[in-house]
Formats: sequence, C-alpha cells, structure tokens
Amino acid sequence: MLQVKGLSKTFGGVKAVQDVSFAIKEGTIHSVIGPNGAGKTTLFNLITGVYTPTSGEIFFNGDSVGGKSPDELARRHMSRTFQNLQVCMNMSAIDNVMVGAHLRLNQGLFAAMVRLPSLRRADAACRAEAAELMEFVGVGKYLSTHASQMPYGALKRLEIARALAAKPQMLLLDEPAAGLNHTETGEIEALIRKVADSGVTVVLVEHDMKLVMNLSHHILVLDYGKKLAEGTAAEVRANPDVVAAYLGASA
Amino acid sequence: MNMNKSTIGLGVLAAVLALLPLVLPNAYAYDVAIRIAINACVVIGLNLLIGYTGQISLGHAGFFGMGAYASAILTTRLGWPPLAAMAAGAAATALLAFVVARPVLKLKGHYLAMATLGLGIILAIVIVNETAWTGGPDGMSVGAFGVFGFELAGERMWYWVVAVLLLAVTWFALNLIDSPAGRALQAIHGSEIAARVVGVDATAFKVRVFVLSAALASVLGSVTAHYVGFLTPGVAGFFHSIELVTMVVVGGMASVFGSILGAVILTMLPQLLSTFEGWETVVFGAILMLTMIFLPKGLVPTLRLKFPKGDR
Repeated sequence: MLQVKGLSKTFGGVKAVQDVSFAIKEGTIHSVIGPNGAGKTTLFNLITGVYTPTSGEIFFNGDSVGGKSPDELARRHMSRTFQNLQVCMNMSAIDNVMVGAHLRLNQGLFAAMVRLPSLRRADAACRAEAAELMEFVGVGKYLSTHASQMPYGALKRLEIARALAAKPQMLLLDEPAAGLNHTETGEIEALIRKVADSGVTVVLVEHDMKLVMNLSHHILVLDYGKKLAEGTAAEVRANPDVVAAYLGASA
Repeated sequence: MNMNKSTIGLGVLAAVLALLPLVLPNAYAYDVAIRIAINACVVIGLNLLIGYTGQISLGHAGFFGMGAYASAILTTRLGWPPLAAMAAGAAATALLAFVVARPVLKLKGHYLAMATLGLGIILAIVIVNETAWTGGPDGMSVGAFGVFGFELAGERMWYWVVAVLLLAVTWFALNLIDSPAGRALQAIHGSEIAARVVGVDATAFKVRVFVLSAALASVLGSVTAHYVGFLTPGVAGFFHSIELVTMVVVGGMASVFGSILGAVILTMLPQLLSTFEGWETVVFGAILMLTMIFLPKGLVPTLRLKFPKGDR
C-alpha cells in the first residue's frame, strides 16, 4: 500500500531522515519507534505531505506522492493525528469531527449561504455520522460540548474520530498514547485494534513499548534518522542494535 | 441546536428592524440607523475573514472605497445605471481581491496585517491622486439610486432597503457558518495543518472568504455613495479600516450578532461624543485597548459564556 524508497530530509545541516526505505502492507498495524529525535515525526510529516522530501520517493497505492500537499493526500484517503494535539479549540467537539468529512460534502460558499436543500440534508446525515464516530472512539458524552472544555484524553480520541470521519484507507497516529495514564493507554490500545479491525491500515509512532509490542504486525526502528532495524515485535526485540540504541552501547 | 439559536437571533433582528421606525424620532435618528446597518453588513463580512477564518485585514476600507467610487464614477461620469455600476464595482473589487489574495494570504500575523494595511493605503492614495476621475481630496457628488425608473429618496425609504440588506447578509452569514465550507473556514483558524490533512484546501478557502468579504464591502460602499450623495477619499482611508476592525473586535470575534452589536456601539459612539470634537479617534483607540484587555473575545462571545442559555 505504501512504499518508501531512499527517503531523506535535511533541515539546514541536520539530516532528520536519511535514506529510509520500507513498505507497509494493507490491513496491517505498522509501528515506527526510536529514541527521541530519531526522525519519527519527520517521517510522518514527509509521508503526509506536511514536509517535502529532500530526496527519495513515496508511493501510495502505486502513485508517487512525495511532495504532494496534505489536502491532496487526504483526497487519496490518507489521514493522520498529531503528536501535539491539533484539535480546533474554536469549534464544538462534533464540528471538529465533521470537518473530517470535508471532502465528502458540498464545499461551496454560495450553496451554503442560500441553504441549498441537498447540502442541508447531507450535512444533517454527516452530523449523525459524526455522533456515531464520537461514540465509536468513546467520547459520546461530549456530543454537545465545546472542544475547549474537554479533557486531554478525550481530545486525543476526538482527533482520531476526526481522522476517521475522512474514511481513510490509511491512518497515521503520531503518539496516540502520549500523556495518557495506564488505564487510558489500555483503552487507546483497544480503540486502535478496533480501527484496524474495521479495515483501516494503521501506522503508529509511539513511545509506549507495551502498546507497540501488543499491537504491531511490523515495526520499523529509526535512530539518528536512519533505519536501524525492521521486523516483527519479536525480531526487533531480539535485535542487538535496537537494544544498544535504547539502553546505550554497552548494554 | 445551533441552528435554532441562529433562527431565534434572526427573528429578534427582524423584529427589531421592523419595529425600530416606531421609535425613531427624526431624520437624524434614521440616518444613524442606516449608517449602523451599512457598517454592520461590512463588519459581518469582515468577521467571516477575521473572526471565523483568523485572517486579519486592515485594508477593507480600500475595498469599500473602491465600490463607492466605482458607483460614483460610473453613474455620474459615464451615465451607467446605478445597479450596473454597483455590480461592476463589486466585480472589479472581487477581481482585485482575488489577484492580491494569493500572495498576501500566504503571510501570517503581523505580516498579513502590514500587507493588507499597505493595500488599503494604496487604494486610498489612488483615489486622492486621480483627481480627474475622483475629484481628489475635494470629493465628488453622486446621484440618487434608481432602479427601473424607481428612485430611492429620503431616509425612510433608505432605511427599509438597508434593513432588508442587513437581514439578508445576516442570514447568508449564519448559513455559511453552519455548513461544510463554514466549518472549513473555522478549522483553518483553529489549526490550519489539521484542516489541511483532512482535505481542506486552506489557501483556496482563505482566498474565497477574502474575495467574498471584499466584494461585500464594495457593495456597501456603492450603497453608501448613493445614500450620502457625496464622497471624499476618507471612505477608503486607514481610519475607516481601523473602525471596521474595531467593530469586529468589540462586538466579538466569530460572532455574527456580535458584528451587529459592534456596529451599533461604534457607529453611535461618535454621535454621542461629537462634543469632544477631534477626540473620537482617541476614544476609539481606548475602547479597542480596553476590549483587548478585559474582553478579548468581544462582547457577545463573552456574554454567551457568562449566560450559556442566552439566545444571542
């Protein structure tokens, strides 16, 4: 589904991602791990079009998409969440989720201003769908709440609901468990599994190793922007380079 | 629920506009009411850009002036019918806004403020300098507004026209906000990157709302030209732009009814302060500062938070 070939990104003299290649199969949960500053989020930003690659190629469903804009990638059914929560605090919770369905709705300004009946009907259906999605991710009780009045853990789920509203084929989650306590992490784990079971390919950047090891079919390890190792959870855990990168060279 | 509140608000507005003539004592009061309604329309458009989409413009008086002078020049010097002149002015303004929007709206924060400020100043300078067409600093007179042989004359008739216009603009704006396009605009304000990853073409939406608000300002500029009957370059000036932004901020960012309240307060204030001749500007500045310090969200959104059940 996704192929990355020789991908690099430099910021001035900093090589954030260097010559990384990997592939993601449809219907799997794929994790990207590595110490802080390893280039995981940069890799996400490259895949989702937030950054333009310095060199290398990205193929999504066979098409070269390196350097395409985020909205272009959204049109190709790629969706994501953010490490530093990007919920629109100026909107209600359900409106946030409805924004996720943007591409499926009539986006015209004039159609909106004159209350075109077809637009209103589609919008009402979208609102109902968004409410279902909020139930699905477990924030159903915030249906009529403003985003700015929701607790952090609920906002993380709300962001997932927004990403799902786009009906993505591939969903990239950037540290979905960051800042969550033990119980909440367990709930997020169950939610990610539920999402994957519904047929969405999930790509995960996460520091919580228990979560990563429990969920992932495949793990990619980055260190200093380079690919350090790749494989199943068991393979990665047994890899001496990975152990060294996490615990220090002498371990 | 949201839609219900809007409907109630719209009903209240319609009732107020319909009943106001019962208490307006004289032509002067009508005049103030008309100016309020005109300002309110422009401010609603500007609020879509500033309050909802989060993009500042300090140059909207330039667009207002462009519409006003387009109407004035085309009707008096070239003999166009007023409605055609108004449409041509709006089209030209929309075109100019469209052309400058892409480079200008790439800028953020202070840089965007400076760029739009510059644009407004350029338009004002053109109006002052093209004396052959605009009359320059001396201004120029404009004929009455007539459509199909029917001529608008007197404050009472103008009042009903601008009242209907305000009601229509309010309805359009409320509809827009509660729609996919409106949510996209608000999402750009909340988090542009989040909006883009769900497929919102942020640049295109910013351009569209900029063009929309500019064209609306232009139309109201045309209305003003015909209503007042005499134009001076001040209509396109920097102070007018600041006035409009102040109305947005005082009334409330991202609030349609706040825009109207802002227009009411800040249009009436100079009338009340007319005894302090020349000091209105200072008072305006002071109001803007005090609002930013004590009511950063503006009047209506603040009241809405204080009284969550209030319908406005």
